[in-house]
Formats: sequence, structure tokens, C-alpha cells
Amino acid sequence: MDGSIAGEDTWTVAGHTFRSRLIVGTGRYKDLEETGAAIEASGAEIVTVAVRRVNLSDPKAPMLQDYVDPKKYTYLPNTAGCHTANEAVRTLRLAREAGGWNLVKLEVLGPPPLLYPDMQGTFEAATALIKDGFQVMVYCADDPIAAKRLEEMGCVAIMPLGAPIGSGLGIQNPAMISMIMEHITVPYLVDAGVGTASDAAIAMELGCTAVLLNSAIAHAKDPIKMAKAMKLAVEAGRLAHLAGRMPRRMGADPSSPLAGLIR
Amino acid sequence: MPGSVTLTLNGETRVFETPAGGTLSVLGMLTQLELDARKVAVERNEEIVPRSRYGETALASGDVLEIVHFIGGG
Repeated sequence: MDGSIAGEDTWTVAGHTFRSRLIVGTGRYKDLEETGAAIEASGAEIVTVAVRRVNLSDPKAPMLQDYVDPKKYTYLPNTAGCHTANEAVRTLRLAREAGGWNLVKLEVLGPPPLLYPDMQGTFEAATALIKDGFQVMVYCADDPIAAKRLEEMGCVAIMPLGAPIGSGLGIQNPAMISMIMEHITVPYLVDAGVGTASDAAIAMELGCTAVLLNSAIAHAKDPIKMAKAMKLAVEAGRLAHLAGRMPRRMGADPSSPLAGLIR
Repeated sequence: MPGSVTLTLNGETRVFETPAGGTLSVLGMLTQLELDARKVAVERNEEIVPRSRYGETALASGDVLEIVHFIGGG
């Protein structure tokens, strides 16, 4: 069901409507308590999660669901660590059984140190996942041809990187992010590279539908405070985009009228 | 005499006792492992085992199982 309210600035991916334009990862936190608190502070409605083997030697260890309630947040399982289409499909089939949903984040990464999107692997996995009924939000290179092809294949969101995963370098490619966006009609997110609040605001000012980030919050000195900063930055960037920025001009233009000056 | 089944579980070899006069089900295995069936997903020989069929899905020696759950990720 579409839960949108008239006049509210919502966005919709594969039929699911959300208010928050910030998607946050649940990895790399100090502990699960901090994970839960940071996600709460971020105001996010969607959280990315990984699928891994249960530690059989410690079956009573606390689980993510105990701290990040799947009834409150939409879990977006990812394919981190999968290098082939087969691994990605098996992983997300398990995720679907564990959680019962089809909306997933596909990422097929190349080797360290860049972990750059492996686009050939991504295409193969996207093909297999779409055939299997998944709704695929896809992490990809900032490549306009690849992005368009992924959309045409049926991916439900296109998510290019702003900089390498976990680098915190900010949006290194604002022009390309903007140019690709012109040709994409499904939701369009920056999915890696955000380092601080202004980076998230820049992505939103450019016109992105939403922003996906993890390390920028988890590796901040105070993750809870940074989560709140990201929430505000995404909202500010979105509002600035909707407001429409003033034109740039090469020169000054006085803000106070020159007429009526005393003599 | 109770039998046993030898499974490959998350990459490790494990031996489970089978219940007297019966077979070991996925549910029985999860119970012996003390895992909450609601929080995990199970793959048997690269095929998903639907949660609704944990009780009726019998395991045999040589089966390869993956038991996974959600953890933090980006």
C-alpha cells in the first residue's frame, strides 16, 4: 500500500513509499546498542543489512533484530562479499526467507583497495535476481551507459558511488552524478563516499532521490550526533533542491539597495 | 539404537543424533543447536528450506547446510 500523504514530500521505490530520504547501513558500529541508537537518530526508514553464517559456537549471541526492529525499519539485505551472480542469488534467497521481502541491494565489488563496482558481475547478478522476482536497488559505477542499461533491465533504483566505499571522500563526481540523473527515471541515490553532513546535502542539492551511507555515521567520533547531522543535511539539501538555487554570477550584486543613501 | 547423521554445517562437519524411531528434521537440528528458528534462514544443498517446512524436512548424512542471519552491513 502507498502510505503517502497529500502534500508530503515522499518518495517511492518499487511501490514502497518512504518519507526519509536517508538510508543507513548497520555495519561498523562499536556494538549493537550504538547501531540501534544511531539509526534511531538518523530518522531512516530503510536500513541495509548483510547476510552471514550464524556463529554456531555462540547461538545465544544478541542479533541485529533485537536492536533494530524489522517491524519498524525496512531491512534492505545486501550482497556484500558476493563475487558471482550465483552467490548473490543464493544470499538474497536466504535473506528473503529470513525476512520475507523482495527489495534488495545488489552490490558486486571488485578487489581491494578500491572495492569498485564490478559492472560485468553486477549485470549478471541483476539479470538473475530480476528473473527470480527480486526488486533490485543496484550499486554501480558512475557510468551513464551502465546506469541506463540497469534501469532498462528492470532495476528499481540506480545507486552510483560518489567516491569509493568507506573512503569518506565526499561527492567527487557531482557533474557526472547530475548528468546520469538526467536519463534515469527510477529513484537515483548516491550510495558511497559520503564523509560528512555537507556531502549528503550536496548529493540532495544535485537532485538525488535519497542518500545511502554507513561509515560516515559509524566512524564519526560521535555516531549518534552525526546521525542527527545527516538527517538534517539530507532534509536541508532536499529543501534547497526544491527551492532552486540562485544563479551563479561572476561578480558582486549588492544585497542592499543603492537608492535612498544619505548624502 | 539411536542413529546419527553427519552434516556439513556452515562449512563444519557436525554429527547429530537422530530421535529414536525417527529422522532428524531441520527443526530438530535448529533445536539441538539452540537457535531461534524465527531469526535464521536455512539452505540445504543450495536450495532454500521454507520456514513453514522446517518440521517436515528430513536431513540425511552428507547434506550440506547453510544457516544464516542478518548482521550489520552497509
